[in-house]
Formats: sequence, C-alpha cells, structure tokens
Amino acid sequence: MITIGAHNIISPLGWSSKENFDHVLKGRSGIKKHDNTKLSDTPLQASLIDEGLLEQEVEKYPSLKSYSKLEQLGILSLMPIVNTVDIKSERTGFVFSSTKGNVEYLCETELNKDVLLANAAKNIADYFDFKTEPHVISNACISGLAAIIVAKRWITAGIYDDVIVVGADVLSKFIVSGFQSFQSLSANPCKPFDKDRDGLTLGEGVASVVITNSHNSDENSECIEVVNGAISNDANHISGPSRTGEGLYRAIKNSVSDGSIIDVISAHGTATPYNDDMESQAISRSGLTEVPVNGLKGFFGHTLGAAGLIESLISIMAMQNDVLIGTKELVCQGVVAPINVLKENEPKKQKGLLKLMSGFGGCNAAVYFKKHG
Amino acid sequence: MPQYTLRNMDSIVKEVSIEPGRVTLNNAEVFKTETTEVGPFLKALYQKSELKYSKFFKMDYLCKLGFMACEILLENEEIENDSDDVALVFANASASLNTDVKYQKTIADIASPAVFVYTLPNIVIGEVSIRHKFYGEHMFFVQKEYNKEVLLSYTNVLFQSTNTKHALVGWIDVDDNNNYSAKVMLCKK
Amino acid sequence: MSELREKLKAQLIEQLNLEDIEISDIADDDALFGDDGLGLDSIDALEIIVLLEKEYGIKLADPKKGKDIMTSVNTLAAYIESNQ
Repeated sequence: MITIGAHNIISPLGWSSKENFDHVLKGRSGIKKHDNTKLSDTPLQASLIDEGLLEQEVEKYPSLKSYSKLEQLGILSLMPIVNTVDIKSERTGFVFSSTKGNVEYLCETELNKDVLLANAAKNIADYFDFKTEPHVISNACISGLAAIIVAKRWITAGIYDDVIVVGADVLSKFIVSGFQSFQSLSANPCKPFDKDRDGLTLGEGVASVVITNSHNSDENSECIEVVNGAISNDANHISGPSRTGEGLYRAIKNSVSDGSIIDVISAHGTATPYNDDMESQAISRSGLTEVPVNGLKGFFGHTLGAAGLIESLISIMAMQNDVLIGTKELVCQGVVAPINVLKENEPKKQKGLLKLMSGFGGCNAAVYFKKHG
Repeated sequence: MPQYTLRNMDSIVKEVSIEPGRVTLNNAEVFKTETTEVGPFLKALYQKSELKYSKFFKMDYLCKLGFMACEILLENEEIENDSDDVALVFANASASLNTDVKYQKTIADIASPAVFVYTLPNIVIGEVSIRHKFYGEHMFFVQKEYNKEVLLSYTNVLFQSTNTKHALVGWIDVDDNNNYSAKVMLCKK
Repeated sequence: MSELREKLKAQLIEQLNLEDIEISDIADDDALFGDDGLGLDSIDALEIIVLLEKEYGIKLADPKKGKDIMTSVNTLAAYIESNQ
C-alpha cells in the first residue's frame, strides 16, 4: 500500500503542517491587501510569507543565506521530515514541483543559471545530500498533485520505496503582472464557487510530503493511502477551461472506481467565473452532486506549484480529524451545475477524499486518498 | 543510479530529431533549410507541411517546435483523434525560459497576456492536445540534460496502469539564446 | 477615416500574430470573434486591450464592455475615435 508519510507546510498561516491546519480550522486566512511595488504597481490582495519571519528562520542556518527565497523555503520545509527517509539510498526519490521557480532572477542583468528549474531543485536536494537525482515537474497549476501522482507511479513501478515530494512557488512581478494582464485577479479575497466571484487571489507557500511504500498493509492501523490518480487534458484551449469540464471529468473517472467511497471533494476552486463553473460541471457529470465540496484558496490563495500539495495535506488532516472544512469567503453558491459546496466547517467522519486540480494548458488532475484504521 | 527498467524497447515505433536547420525521421533526413535561425526555420517547416492551422502563428518557439515534431510523427499513423489513449510525456532543460525572457521585457512597458500564457512549458502539451483532441495522460519534466530512460520508464508505467496505448515522448527545448533541439519518439504499447 | 481602419487592421495582424492573414482579408464589418469571423479568442481580446493602451493611450475601464467594442474593426475604430 502506498501511503502518506511525514509532511510539512510553510505558508503565511504557519511554519508547520499543524500550525497551518489549526489556523484553517479557526477560519483564519493568509490573504491580505498589500502595497508592495516589488510585486505590483497597484494594491494587491495576496497571501504572502512574511519576509521578516523568513529572515528569522534563515538566521538559524547561516548557510541558507546564499540560497534563493524559493530554495530557502524548500529546504526549511524539508528539515523536519527529511530524516524519516534514507536520503542516501537509491531507493529514495525526490520530486520537485514548481511553476516558475526562481523566475525573479530574470530581473538581473546576467542570466543566473539557477533560473533553470532543475538547478533550483538540485540546490535544495544537495543541501541534504540526496543520493538520487531530483525529478522536476513543471505542469502549470496541477504540478503539485501531478508530483504526488508521479511519486506513486514510481513506487508502484518498483523504482523507489520512498519519494519525497516538494512543491513550491514564490510570487514575483513576473507572475503577478501576468495574472493582471489576464484580468483574472480579484480586488478582494477570492470567493470560490460564489455567485459574485470575480477572480483569483495569488499566494505563496511550500509543502513537503513523504510518499512511501513502507507502511505495513494492516487494514486496522491508521494511515492515508494514495489509492490512485489520473491526469487528463481538456483539448480545448490553452488558458480557458473546457465548458463541459471534459478533462477534469475524465481525470475523476480514471482516478476512482465504482466502489470508491468519496466523502469529500477538495476542489481547485480558483474563484474565476469559468473555472468554478467548469469544475461544477465535471463533478456533476461524475455523479457526485451530493458529495460535500470545499475550496481552500480562500485561506491560502492560489499557491501555484505548491497548491496541489498544501491543499491535499490540509484536506488529509481534516479527514484525520473528522472535520470537513468550509469554503472561506463563500457566501452564496452560484455555479452552473448543482453541487454541494460547504460554507462552514462540519464534523464528519470521512474515509475517502478526492482532490482536484486544473491548470493552464488544459491540464487536469485528480487523486483519490483513502483513510484506513 | 536507480534502475529504470526499460521493458519494450520495441515500443518505440518512430523517432523525429530536429536540430538547427534539419529534421530527420528514423535517422533519414526529411527536411533541410539554409537558415538555422529558429523563427524562419520553424516557419519553413510549417509551410512545407502544408498544414492550414492559423493557431500555429500564435505559438511561441517551444510550442512551434514540439507541435511540428508531433505533426511529423503522427503523419500516416492511424491514431484516432478524439481519444484518451495517447499520452504526451515531454522534458527539457529550459522549461519556458525563451518566452520568460520575452515576457519579462513586456512588463517594463505593458505586460502581454499572449506572451504570458506561453510562460509555462506544458503549454506545448495543450497545443498538441487541442489539435488532435487528445484527452489523455501527460507530464512535463524539467531535466538538466535529456534523460530518455526516465521518460520511457514513466511511459511504461502509463502503458501498464492507465488507458494509454500510444505515447509521444521526448525532449523539446529552446533556450534563452534561441538554440533549439527536439528528439521525440512515438511509442506504442 | 478609413486610414484608421487600415492602420487598425495592420496593428491587429501584428499584435495578434495573424501571420497568414492580409489586410485585404479583413472587411471593416467582419466579425472579429467566433467561428464565422476572424476566429479570435479570449487571449486575443486581452491583447486588443493592450493594443488600445499601447497605440492609442486608451485604458479600457470596464473589461466586460470589451466584447461590444471589439465586435468588428468598425466598432473598434468607432470606440477609438470617440475616446481620442
């Protein structure tokens, strides 16, 4: 059985998975209005990691000063969990997910070779002396979830026993201006699935997780199984999602089987008019109209390459704590298909979690997690 | 190094290789131009194909390169459009760096959404998928240098555990100096 | 006034990478969007907003009104003329 091992989340909501989860449970959000001309000429709603707090953490490890912000966060997130695997073993893999990596290096006059994603990943891996060569995934916003799928597939294929997956993205003028040029940012904190939603909110974060084969498959002991995952393309448009949710519908179909118990769906829920409508179509077409759905971007913003990991881990912790997290900022549901989006937290024992993500390039991913014991 | 078991080397049916000014298919030259410059070369390759696909001109160099590599591989193949059994598994070293540099320049003036949309390497997967209505599995890896074994190994996993019956697999790269190369294989289960 | 329309067509071809289209291919009242027209899409619409700002100094206050303004070269030209 392939299961979730140790994990860690760093975001504006905290410097550990537990801290992040506790804040989410209490309904706190990392999203604030910022006047930061490094990122945007106009005020920006975003979930940003506090520079001062990051500096404090980096102070504790002087050698970290020479790394980029992205790499520092990646390394810091790995620190508490890296000793749970044998990093010197060839049977331990390392997968890094990021959409834009160290893209802010493009501001410099001479091109810094660490703008190359494989180098950024290697910098992080080398800090710990990982034996195996990092795999790097850059597949738009599904990257984090795709990384979990790749890890699971490598382990199933017998190539690794453990895979550490790290997902990270930091915000920059490059990224912010791009979304602004798409007119896709809301002037207010994003409202997933709301009838008045008008755009997404960007966020920063990093998450690390161990995907492992080493849990003994005793049905009675507690663990979270990574049962199956699937990726599918909309084949429709490079930035707009399919109106019928074709790709996501197929990804859902290919990630669950007839008997799968799905107690909760953690949606992509970017709060753009089109995405949330598309997602409701895909969920509805899959026959899951009654299943509680939530979106976590009202807490974290859209954390791009880290989103698939952060949101999966928070949803997994919710499952382990018998609670469904409500969709922050949702006031009145308004999507084209009839789905059941939660507004408030609700106690509920869950056994099965379906995580969904979509991204530019028409990509869609779904992963089905099952709680044992 | 981990052992990436390569079962079924027979599964590689065709391979297209694109280097400055030249295209080969299964090692036989199929196209050659005087110019090696990326823009004119890719335009000439498109025109030679006699394809009528206006979206081609909106694509960035990485997408044009990958798109044409796939066009060449899929020609005369009886692979159905509108299917989910064709996987796309690509890798490169530069990700979308060639376009990233272009986009960065537009920020100084007015940010261009048409350039920004190409600042993700997986968009080439989107372009090929749209053209052929491929709904299948796909992945974009970033590697320091071309590691074919990793990609073929991943493809093999797709053959074993998903609906995938065919796969377009390989390396598509355009760096920040407009140096380009592609080595893409058509694989069958 | 057709000078503006001709200039606009050249700018659209340039800005939107419509390399296989000539100015003479675009009639003043041809639909810019949709399958029957020039087949422009949502990204092209955003680029036209950029073009309006870059070439004509017009900042589209409400992007949602963009659809009406961009129906054809005629409507675009009319919008530019009324905002200069």
